Amino acid sequence: MAPSEFHSQSAIELINVSRRFLSPQGKSFATLNDFNLSVANGEFIALVGPTGCGKSTTLNLITGLGKPSSGEVRVMGKRVEGIDPQIGFVFQADALFPWRNVLDNVIAGPLFRGEPRKDAVLRGRDWINRVGLAAFEGHYPHQLSGGMRKRVALAQTFINRPKILLMDEPFSALDVQTRVQMHEELLSLWSDAKASVVFVTHDLEEAIGLADKVYVLTSRPATIKSVYEINIPRPRVISEIRYDKKFIDLSRLIWRDLKEIVQSGNSVAQGG
Amino acid sequence: MVAISINDGAITYALGTSDAEIEAAARNAARTRHMKVVVWRLVVLAILMGSWELSARNTWIDPFFYSYPTEIILRLWEFIWEGSDGVSLWVHLYYTLTAALIGFLLGALAGIVCGIALGRNRMLSDIFSIYIKVLNAIPRVVLAPIFILILGFGLASKVAVAFVMVFFIVFANAFQGVREADRAMIANAQILGASSWQLTRSVIIPSAMSWIIASLHLSFSFAIVGAIVGEFIGSNKGIGHVIQLARGLHDVPLMFAAIIVVLVVVLAAEYAMTLIEHRLVKWRPASSSDAQA
Ligand SMILES: Nc1ncnc2c1ncn2[C@@H]1O[C@H](COP(=O)(O)OP(=O)(O)OP(=O)(O)O)[C@@H](O)[C@H]1O
Ligand SMILES: [Mg+2]
Repeated sequence: MAPSEFHSQSAIELINVSRRFLSPQGKSFATLNDFNLSVANGEFIALVGPTGCGKSTTLNLITGLGKPSSGEVRVMGKRVEGIDPQIGFVFQADALFPWRNVLDNVIAGPLFRGEPRKDAVLRGRDWINRVGLAAFEGHYPHQLSGGMRKRVALAQTFINRPKILLMDEPFSALDVQTRVQMHEELLSLWSDAKASVVFVTHDLEEAIGLADKVYVLTSRPATIKSVYEINIPRPRVISEIRYDKKFIDLSRLIWRDLKEIVQSGNSVAQGG
Repeated sequence: MVAISINDGAITYALGTSDAEIEAAARNAARTRHMKVVVWRLVVLAILMGSWELSARNTWIDPFFYSYPTEIILRLWEFIWEGSDGVSLWVHLYYTLTAALIGFLLGALAGIVCGIALGRNRMLSDIFSIYIKVLNAIPRVVLAPIFILILGFGLASKVAVAFVMVFFIVFANAFQGVREADRAMIANAQILGASSWQLTRSVIIPSAMSWIIASLHLSFSFAIVGAIVGEFIGSNKGIGHVIQLARGLHDVPLMFAAIIVVLVVVLAAEYAMTLIEHRLVKWRPASSSDAQA
């Protein structure tokens, strides 16, 4: 069977992936062990799980910045070798270039990829408009608020037209109001871009509000404990969604699940 | 309106004071303060020079060794217009500065290139770090006689001393700057599509830039020190040579005059570096732009 045909539905696939690291004492330990995950084209999934379970590691493997110790990572049906240009990544930490102003930050990707500056600037302005920063084109990152910097990061990522969007706790440093605003913006950008999204977060409400599916991971080495389909219709209004009956039920359910993992994780820690 | 109370340097204004009034008052306060500082600096200078002059005139200190400020000024004047030994000051200065500048440029360039190369390459840095550490442990000035021996009494040996003075400082800073480059920023650039060279050029170098600039700032005066030390040991031109010559002739005022010349040159160079620094790192947050009203 031709793999590309077989996996044509999946944007991202992790097949029996293991990732091992060395402890400072030189002992090898697994962060991921026989991990399987599949994200359909255009699907928005959220990963939640206890801290240190391997969420960032998983994203790292998908980008190609990290390599699996065994198993296979596929993006758009192709085995990942190096960094795939179809991938966009929004970081938790500020990853903007502080010596470039907003416009130059946004057009960094196109310029790296060899687009003529004139075209890049045109598209850059368009994206800056879309994230509502038209008046701040010439500002440097240190002159912007945290929320504005995240908008720049979104524009910087979306301008590359990623087919796959990876986000590692992108909004965790923002206050609640700004975060809800960013959620709405992200959803509208996403519905235009038709990208597949893997969104890592510790915030359950964020996960349920944004995603089609929420994956709950166990402690290290991470395995998928359960998957929840979030059948709340789109377009969603994030600021209202917390009052939705389905939302409340799902929250309760997933909370219970996570609590179990954390408790069993603690008892394992105590036992050994 | 007027200020009604002062605490912690922040002034509380009466109700209804307009922004324009606050700004004007702040400007005035800043100007007055600045004037005060300048006046006091001049007073300190006058006291120091006055007591030097007085002590020498009354032979509380031996004028043969310490000279008099007035005589030093006269000698400086003479040095500027007539030079020493029939050679103009400008010829000496030109010679010293040429050596310092060439040494500085070469040293800085080599330091930056090596620092970045080793900072970017784990293997290279593991191999060479030990040698750099060893070389760095040698006080640079002890190399001067060796350079004179190898390269002769001409410009090359002074350039070499200035070079080693500059190289290690710039190298260490460039290396550290590369190592401190933010991991998330590097990953971001790679995912945005930067090639290895683009990564070096548009992420690694700019983030190491503030380290490099700081080291350039420091090392330019070191380059001048290097050139002068080289001239002390063997030269027939240059400010270092003038000082050496004046020592032989017990011409103390000339020694001081030459020191003043060096001092002015180093200060001017520092000032120029500060200007360049401000141009290069304009993206950095101003250290304190809070409106202090
Ligand atoms: N480069 C590395 N070297 C050694 N160990 C690593 C490395 N990267 C990650 N780990 C280990 O792998 C485990 C998982 O890390 P990871 O960053 O993926 O967790 P995470 O799920 O993203 O946690 P958090 O929610 O706190 O961000 C951690 O225990 C960490 O110690
Ligand atoms: Mg993480």
